[in-house]
Amino acid sequence: MSSVFANPGSASGYFGDFGGRFVPEPLMAAVRELEDLFTAAWEDPAFQAEYHSILTGYAGRPTPVTYCANLSQDLGIELYLKREDLTHTGSHKINNVVGQALLTRRMGKSRIIAETGAGQHGVATATAAALFGLKCTVYMGAVDVKRQALNVFRMRLLGAEVVPVNSGSRTLKDAINEAMREWVACVEDTHYCIGSVMGPHPYPLMVRQFQRVIGDEARSQMHEAIGTDPDFVVACVGGGSNAAGTFTAFLESDAAIVGVEPAGGAAVGRGTPGVVHGMRSQFLQDEFGQVEEAQSISAGLDYPGVGPEHAYLASIGRARYEAVDDAAVLNAFQVLSRREGIIPALEPAHAIAWVLAEAGSTIPRGSRVLVTLSGRGDKDSEQVAEILGGA
Amino acid sequence: MALEARLRARRAGGAKLLVPYVTAGLTDDWVRVVEAVAAAGADAIEIGIPFSDPIIDGPVIQAASQTALERGVTPASALAELGEVSIGVPLVAMTYCNLLFHAGFQRYAGWLEEAGVAGTIFPDLPKEEARPWAEFAAGKGIANVLLVAPTTSEERARAIAAESRGFVYGVGLMGVTGVREQLAASAIGVAKRLKSVTDRPVLIGVGVSSPLHARQLAPHADGVVVGSALVKILADGGGPEGAYDFVSSLRQALDGQ
Ligand SMILES: Cc1ncc(COP(=O)(O)O)c(C=O)c1O
Repeated sequence: MSSVFANPGSASGYFGDFGGRFVPEPLMAAVRELEDLFTAAWEDPAFQAEYHSILTGYAGRPTPVTYCANLSQDLGIELYLKREDLTHTGSHKINNVVGQALLTRRMGKSRIIAETGAGQHGVATATAAALFGLKCTVYMGAVDVKRQALNVFRMRLLGAEVVPVNSGSRTLKDAINEAMREWVACVEDTHYCIGSVMGPHPYPLMVRQFQRVIGDEARSQMHEAIGTDPDFVVACVGGGSNAAGTFTAFLESDAAIVGVEPAGGAAVGRGTPGVVHGMRSQFLQDEFGQVEEAQSISAGLDYPGVGPEHAYLASIGRARYEAVDDAAVLNAFQVLSRREGIIPALEPAHAIAWVLAEAGSTIPRGSRVLVTLSGRGDKDSEQVAEILGGA
Repeated sequence: MALEARLRARRAGGAKLLVPYVTAGLTDDWVRVVEAVAAAGADAIEIGIPFSDPIIDGPVIQAASQTALERGVTPASALAELGEVSIGVPLVAMTYCNLLFHAGFQRYAGWLEEAGVAGTIFPDLPKEEARPWAEFAAGKGIANVLLVAPTTSEERARAIAAESRGFVYGVGLMGVTGVREQLAASAIGVAKRLKSVTDRPVLIGVGVSSPLHARQLAPHADGVVVGSALVKILADGGGPEGAYDFVSSLRQALDGQ
């Protein structure tokens, strides 16, 4: 593997050709300060101890790996789920936010801002802000404010201000634009807590490190359960943080690694190289480089780009990226609920949908498959009920 | 027309430099607007090429970019329209770097050359990432302008000024582009810092919105860039005459009349 995996402080911030730091000069001082601070903190045993004690005592880690006996039988494979849905706040987003909130405190900043799509990152950020006594503002596309109303309420209950964004496609992409614009004006006392493995260096690397606890735990849990690595490791990809956090532990194993994107937002699968939101990566864009709108049932994956590490893993062939459509996702949402008693968020339902579709073909019978269930489906129940007519 | 030589010559002649910004394709008569801006006394003109995700732009230029994109403007079409007229002052194409990378250096430079554009500004292409383009552009006689912010250290400002070509763009405040009532104190701070580290022309933009602001900056900088205030006039239907009047008032303020 390339040195970026061994060297989390790599100065250039590149994963192969992807990554970098394409930010306006007014933000340069802040991202460099963040890089230095993160690099030092990550090496600091006291920081690690505090980070892990909060993950354990507050966020509910470690999360279990669940063997899905019913679906395994249906599909002729062995299916295991890494249960990020069981964390406090209901998704993996809390892992990253705890890390960044600790850094915010180290920087002496009093306020934290975030973008959110599904609202899970916004809820996690609002939660950490409440815990650490930070002021919190969350930018959310107006379309998402509507389809994730429950999470908007949760954020406000937690004391955060939620700002609906009405520019562009009014979804995650535009929420990021608005958060960046706001950050320029208040960078002195405010940290921008990016919610995925994207943005300018050091964010893709830093968020990956804060999420790698998912894969590190899962790998040893799989070894305990089956004595070896799984044959497949599967996760959904929006910006790609739950996937990167999962994959990192398995990059040097023999497991096949699969990221699942929404058909309407397949930045790795159908995108082209570009530079947007501070990073060189893969994006959906038109023939002149104007960014196109993603189209997905899932607010958390409704993003026309992807974190640079995924573009890199695809380019070297270490991971493959597949797409599933909204219908398959709705089906997976219901199948996992009925067969296993687990209501998944629509985002990880993408990963489940790919497994349902490929078991017995791309995934040979008898394979041992680990899927990261990145979050729970409560937030999506109302939206799905509307689509299914109260099912 | 070489950008830096022109600006240095004007400065040597005792003039303060005026660089207004116009969003390409905002209206049917936008090229007439550019001509009017030149006639009103601009020393160079920034041509904003609309991008879908302008992260350092505030509401005025965001809306103008959106309007231009909806009118079907592309980098190639905007630059081709400019190529059909002779403006008489250097033009600087300002946009976000995805459009450059997407086109590729060769193709992008080709469009610039055909339009007679003398310089480029990419606000999201900081010094560390700018070098390959800056060198390529220099080979074609195109100046790549770098930015310095209020949060840029003196040491870094010196290094940026050394690598910048055409002029150094001092960002006047911590924030996005937009019309401001008052000139930020940081604008004069950036101007002074830059003047102390470089001989290259120093222009201050972002939050420079009125003849008064221009006059306030004149003792400290070589000139000003005025964007949102002009674009707002154009978006409100001011047309070439509105642009001419406003730029004339900026010119007079800088000339001390
Ligand atoms: C449950 C869940 N999974 C996945 C995602 C997508 O993010 P990422 O690709 O960074 O894991 C989200 C984003 O909102 C989410 O809420």
